[in-house]
Amino acid sequence: MPTIAEILKEIRPEFDFTASQDFVGEGMLDSYDIVTLVSDLDRAYGISISGLDIVPENFQNIASIQTLLQKYGKA
Amino acid sequence: MNLIFGHRRIAGLLAVVPANERSFVDEMANFNFPPARSLKLKQVMGYDKHRIVDGPVCASDLVCFGMEHLFASGMLGRDDFDALIVVTQSPDYLMPPTSSVIQGRLGLKQDMFCLDINQGCAGFLIGLYQAFSLLEQPAVRQVVLINVDVLSRKTSSRDRNSYPLIGDAASIAIVERSEDGTPIHANLKMDGTRREVLMIPAGGLRLPSSPETAVLGDDGENNFRAKDNLRMDGTAVFNFVQVEVPPMIRDLLHTAQADMKDVDYFLFHQPNRFMLQKLADQMKVPYEKMPSNIVEHYGNSSGVTIPMAIVHNLRERLLAGSIHACLAGFGVGLTWSSMLMRLGPLDFCEMVNYK
Repeated sequence: MPTIAEILKEIRPEFDFTASQDFVGEGMLDSYDIVTLVSDLDRAYGISISGLDIVPENFQNIASIQTLLQKYGKA
Repeated sequence: MNLIFGHRRIAGLLAVVPANERSFVDEMANFNFPPARSLKLKQVMGYDKHRIVDGPVCASDLVCFGMEHLFASGMLGRDDFDALIVVTQSPDYLMPPTSSVIQGRLGLKQDMFCLDINQGCAGFLIGLYQAFSLLEQPAVRQVVLINVDVLSRKTSSRDRNSYPLIGDAASIAIVERSEDGTPIHANLKMDGTRREVLMIPAGGLRLPSSPETAVLGDDGENNFRAKDNLRMDGTAVFNFVQVEVPPMIRDLLHTAQADMKDVDYFLFHQPNRFMLQKLADQMKVPYEKMPSNIVEHYGNSSGVTIPMAIVHNLRERLLAGSIHACLAGFGVGLTWSSMLMRLGPLDFCEMVNYK
């Protein structure tokens, strides 16, 4: 199973996601990248992230994505 | 707001789409994104082909083409209807109303109620409510409800947020009285404080179009659009839909004393596949009961997408019989509305290409 960092790297290979705490604020993920990320996470972890959870705060950094996945019993 | 109607039916549906079909892959070069990133988005959102007008085609052109088709094929008589409702966000003119333009171009009788409604993605339902109400008048035998938009003409081709999903289309629904008194339950909410989430900033009187409003600018996410163009806050729209729509449907079913499993189809507005599948997941509705395939074939044509979803997916079934349908529209305003009704059998259910 790919890690969160690997999934992020595939979406935006030009960035080092392990070095940032604010993906959205620093322009590393736009709203459509988040949609792509959710789709990739759904597929990789066999879950369906609720539409209610698809808000920028849940995708600020690797830790916040991990927290989100924990809600679905993953990560 | 809860609404209830009875003894009303949709008698026929015609969808009109431009023959001009464009593909997302061909248009990717217009967007300021690496192809791999755009292709990934194509896969997730369901972008593939969309129908957009070729040249200066206006709303009334699509509608008159469709109406003449109905007249010529005998599906509608020129004097059969007494009201013409046009729901659009892309009128031919600021004034006169597009319904008057259509009435005049088609040479319809003067004894006719013509009405324009400025609405978008909830516009099919808003139009139906008006049509149902007009049928309270004995003088009104049938209402022609038209939804039409040519918003590709107001959307920047360099805006990946909006352009790939936009589709132009018209629908013509014949609405009339019915022997069937089964209640038609509906609900409706509006929130004008969020009016700027979906808007065309310039071109009205608040900010008239000018050389300055036509200048393309970067929105900070590599999308280039002008103030004359459609602007959509994708994050806010997505959140609005996911927060407001499921409770609206629950409320509707509760009011109607119906159950989710009693509904044959959830025929919702078609913003994109991802948003609809997330709605279906949240509502625990199987994907096959909530079609999400209109954007990939035609694009999102605002208030026309519910009729498009019906004609594209359920034509044969609705010509032969009826279904228990939950319709829902949500978008500009912001506006969100849903309706539970028996749909079909239809006298006609067809799609034609505008050339």
